[in-house]
Amino acid sequence: MDLLSPMEMTALLLSLRVAGWAIVGSLPLAVLAAWVLGRYSFPGKTLVDGLVHLPLVLPPVVVGYILLITMGTKGVIGGWLLQTFGIKLIFTPEGASLAVAVTSFPLMVRAIRLSVEAIDGGLEAAARTLGAGPVDRFFTILLPLMAPGLLSGAIVAFAAAMGEFGAVITFVSNIPGRTQTLPLAIYAATQQPDGDAVAARLAVISFSVALVALMASEFLARRLRRLIGQG
Amino acid sequence: MLDVSIRRKLGGFALDIAFQAEERGVTALFGRSGSGKTSVINAIAGLSRPDEGHIRVGDAVFFDSARRIDVAVEKRRVGYVFQESRLFPHMTVRSNLEYGLRRVAAAERRIALGPVVELLGLGGLLDRRPRGLSGGETQRVALGRALLAQPRLLLMDEPMAALDAARKAEILPYIERLRDEMNIPIVLVSHAVDEVVRLATTMVLIADGRVVAAGPVGAVMGRLDLSALSGIQDAGAVLDLTVERHIDADGLSALAFDGGRLTVPRVARPVGGAVRLHIHARDVIVALSPPSGISVRNALPGRVVAVAESGPSSADVQIAVGGSFLIARITRAAVRDLDLAPGREVVALVKGVAFEPDLIAPGPRRVVDV
Repeated sequence: MDLLSPMEMTALLLSLRVAGWAIVGSLPLAVLAAWVLGRYSFPGKTLVDGLVHLPLVLPPVVVGYILLITMGTKGVIGGWLLQTFGIKLIFTPEGASLAVAVTSFPLMVRAIRLSVEAIDGGLEAAARTLGAGPVDRFFTILLPLMAPGLLSGAIVAFAAAMGEFGAVITFVSNIPGRTQTLPLAIYAATQQPDGDAVAARLAVISFSVALVALMASEFLARRLRRLIGQG
Repeated sequence: MLDVSIRRKLGGFALDIAFQAEERGVTALFGRSGSGKTSVINAIAGLSRPDEGHIRVGDAVFFDSARRIDVAVEKRRVGYVFQESRLFPHMTVRSNLEYGLRRVAAAERRIALGPVVELLGLGGLLDRRPRGLSGGETQRVALGRALLAQPRLLLMDEPMAALDAARKAEILPYIERLRDEMNIPIVLVSHAVDEVVRLATTMVLIADGRVVAAGPVGAVMGRLDLSALSGIQDAGAVLDLTVERHIDADGLSALAFDGGRLTVPRVARPVGGAVRLHIHARDVIVALSPPSGISVRNALPGRVVAVAESGPSSADVQIAVGGSFLIARITRAAVRDLDLAPGREVVALVKGVAFEPDLIAPGPRRVVDV
């Protein structure tokens, strides 16, 4: 007998794909936000900081609802995307990625920002005197030195993205094989009279994925810190 | 030539600095901490922006408020050696050294990696990470990194302040070689008299954001108001001499300068080589005529330039010896009895000489009675 039923396997793979794309897609923006918030002060910084952190304190259902009304086929952005590019987000795996990207974004920014702030600004000043412009400094000094924080931030955010429920079900519904990620599959199983065993197995999988991700994040960050001479 | 004239307000502190320095040699910005020294070199590097003024190095204008010129730090090509070195921790020593070098067009590279590695003794360190280096090694790498950026000007902010005496002795000779072998003007920020005396050609005294004295090290160190201006307690003149001959039988060397000749314990410099002596005021005795029957061998005829009180019972006498100055710290009673006043012809007897026996090899300062 297989360890997982086809339906369970589908949910696991879909979750990994949804969360993976969400992190890959939002990482550059998260790095940018972390860099700007960690290094510069500008008018309206508090507002930007608040907006970045908003998904952390908003009920996920509200995030999903906001996405539904803006990104739905009749929403301002969603309608435009559909008419211009033929892209439909609602009820699709891509939509699920967007939903989990939004809810895990603050986690990623926080972790990366902490590592940006821990980098001695004097190193960038030294790089300037050696002839490095802003983009040059970002790639040769900041990015390598923030790599450990970036990596652990991305992995933690990935684990959180795997587990996102409210925003996903609100925005893209619960369609097996398309938008039914692990937590949604668990929820569906608990609604079935004989779904207890399925729910338990899926819960164990969720638990394992989350634990492995957290441990991997810790391990890799330590290795990276040593690699860049700071651990 | 380096030409700096800047004004900047920082809260209640006003910086108003103007000085010029030669194309070659070391200009020391000397003063207490908080006097504004580091602000000056940060402005030269472009890391801070003056409210007004100008900064020029040779033909290059870095900053000129009247002409609205403010060249970006990364385009100024100044080598900056920071007090805390600021090596990039994620790179090897070699990558650190090459960081600035790679950012200069190949046609403009005059200083190559090989000679710098040799000059600073970095051969064995190239594949190591900054983390594993000693304080002295770290600063040598920082020096090399700054040099390889092909700088128009080298700035050093207390490069030895974080080092203990032994590490300092290790790095000083390298800075001297840099000064003597590279044709790059150096601006050194320091609050240590011994560093300045040993390295500097020009000295700029800064107090409360202003230049209070500037000129050749000998002229500035020979000022009677030096301790009032700078807080330097071990006042004493600095003389630049050349080795005239070695007297091997007695283990002595005769050194000459425009004010006469000094005989000191043999120095490890060739005949014709330059030697700098720091002669403390308390080691100079004033006589009205050349004495006989005493052990002090060095008697230099001169003329009193100025007399100033330096303590409840003591006075400092500035004596012109040729084109140089000596300072003698004697009692006020002696000043009265000998009737010492400006213009009086005297003989300065030099009892002790503090000198660097060998400008290349590291070693502690030696004070020798002569």
